Amino acid sequence: MSDVLVFVEFSDGAATKAGLQALGAGSTLAKALGGKAIALVIGNSAGELGKHGADRVLVAGGDAVGSYSPDGFARIVAEQAKATNAAAVLASATPMGKDFFPRAAAIAGCGLAADCIELDAEGGKPRAVRPVFAGKALATVEAPGTLWATLRPNVFAEVNAGGSAAPETVPVTFGPGDLKAVVKEIVAGVKGKLDVAEAEIVVSGGRGLKDPAGEGKQNWANLEALAEALGAATGASRAVVDAGWRPHGEQVGQTGKTVSPKLYIACAISGAIQHLAGMSGSKVIVAINKDENAPIFKLADYGIVGTVEDVLPALTAALKETLSS
Amino acid sequence: MDIIVCIRRAPTTDARIKPAADGKNYDPAGVNYDISEYDKFAIEAGILLKEKHGGTVTILTLGPSAATKEMRTAIAMGCDAAHLLVSDANHDSWAIAQALAAKIKSLPHDIVLFGWSSVDNQSSATGQMVAELLGLPSVSVAVALDVADGQATVDRLAAGGNRERYSVKLPAVVTCTKGLNKPRSANMKGIMAAKKTAVPETPANAPADGVTVVKLSPPPARAEGKIVGKGPEAAAALAKLLREEAKVI
Repeated sequence: MSDVLVFVEFSDGAATKAGLQALGAGSTLAKALGGKAIALVIGNSAGELGKHGADRVLVAGGDAVGSYSPDGFARIVAEQAKATNAAAVLASATPMGKDFFPRAAAIAGCGLAADCIELDAEGGKPRAVRPVFAGKALATVEAPGTLWATLRPNVFAEVNAGGSAAPETVPVTFGPGDLKAVVKEIVAGVKGKLDVAEAEIVVSGGRGLKDPAGEGKQNWANLEALAEALGAATGASRAVVDAGWRPHGEQVGQTGKTVSPKLYIACAISGAIQHLAGMSGSKVIVAINKDENAPIFKLADYGIVGTVEDVLPALTAALKETLSS
Repeated sequence: MDIIVCIRRAPTTDARIKPAADGKNYDPAGVNYDISEYDKFAIEAGILLKEKHGGTVTILTLGPSAATKEMRTAIAMGCDAAHLLVSDANHDSWAIAQALAAKIKSLPHDIVLFGWSSVDNQSSATGQMVAELLGLPSVSVAVALDVADGQATVDRLAAGGNRERYSVKLPAVVTCTKGLNKPRSANMKGIMAAKKTAVPETPANAPADGVTVVKLSPPPARAEGKIVGKGPEAAAALAKLLREEAKVI
């Protein structure tokens, strides 16, 4: 029991960044445990996951996994966890991983360490660190048997210098008719839009940007332009979401999403404790606020004191120039 | 409809969290409690289903005896009954899910609602684990929910704001998030009714945790930051620092 099984998430036929990061983390853990990293792909062709750290690649296909199903995906992962006698079973803490991994762990009779930010071996056993209370504290956890864990995107590194592994087909022991919940259709949203919890750069707006249906219209356009220049996802404070100015999927904080991007730019966000908790794991934090005593400046690595009206267009222009040089 | 809503008593989100002397739990000194944020959307969803289809809403909680306060708040909003599985320990999702599932098995249930994640443990796992233990379909992070002819149609908030639509047979487990509804406040009539409603307490008999906390630590302190400057003139300097010093762009 020293192998690590990693569910690698795919989107539009390719492994996602978060999926490859999970595989990278699994590869590192497997080495520490003296075992193999085993990638598991469901409903997609395997690609070249050997290059990304997989020693073995398992592929489950067929009609039963043509569409995503939480109970179907859970069953396959649980069956392969048993078949491989894995010491740890990993997935990305994305909307998909968060949805079905608890079911998979439950089939295996195990708990789940969710949204982990560190993973290592302690005395030959896997151990994980996960933020609780949106990062107000960090819990180091272990499991009596197999450790089931989901890993936060943007925290673990991809492996890009691995070898090769031939895909092995694994059986799917059920048919489409056995599934309890299957996604029927995508009813709204933009295909491929980056989730705020998965983005490498996040540009967030607070109440200081004002009502986008009124005097804040230009401010939000400026914030979108800044995000676009950086290839960033947009985030928002709770006040902004509660006011109906931005969709709730963008809310960052203890009552929204907890994020760890490499760069977080907080625009006109004063920094309520719930918001600070949700983004304090970011690598670099930039704050733009007209109030130099705003709590956000205590956490920020770099701050500009000024209004969003003045600073956002200037910052977008300056960043565009830097990015093109 | 027999509707069950599982709610959690959790520290309010403005609480400052410090590790306790045992180094494994948080220090409860000075911490106030409330219904965990997303569970309020589950309570409202349950009441709306009852208003549309008739039936009862039963609140189920695993927690200390003090949690009857939060459960009475839910009753005051419009729920009908409540059961508390008493335990003072900070269990993990797997232990809680097993205790809740065992209780739910003994109660009639057409739909079991949860908040999609708690504001303290944040595992977003209990609802799906209960569904697996009961052999029920689950849809997590619901932003739309409609029930008709023994089926629930549920829109789930997926990556990037996409909504995935599911149609599942009842009984089912649905975990709820912001956007599903606007949780109501309790009115005086509800508060009076809640005072008179008994909240039976039985020992939780929770099994062992699936993951155990070895250590709880404060987050690492961040390095002291700097104010780059004032107004738009500081933008160029910031761009330079982000590339050359922080190396993030």
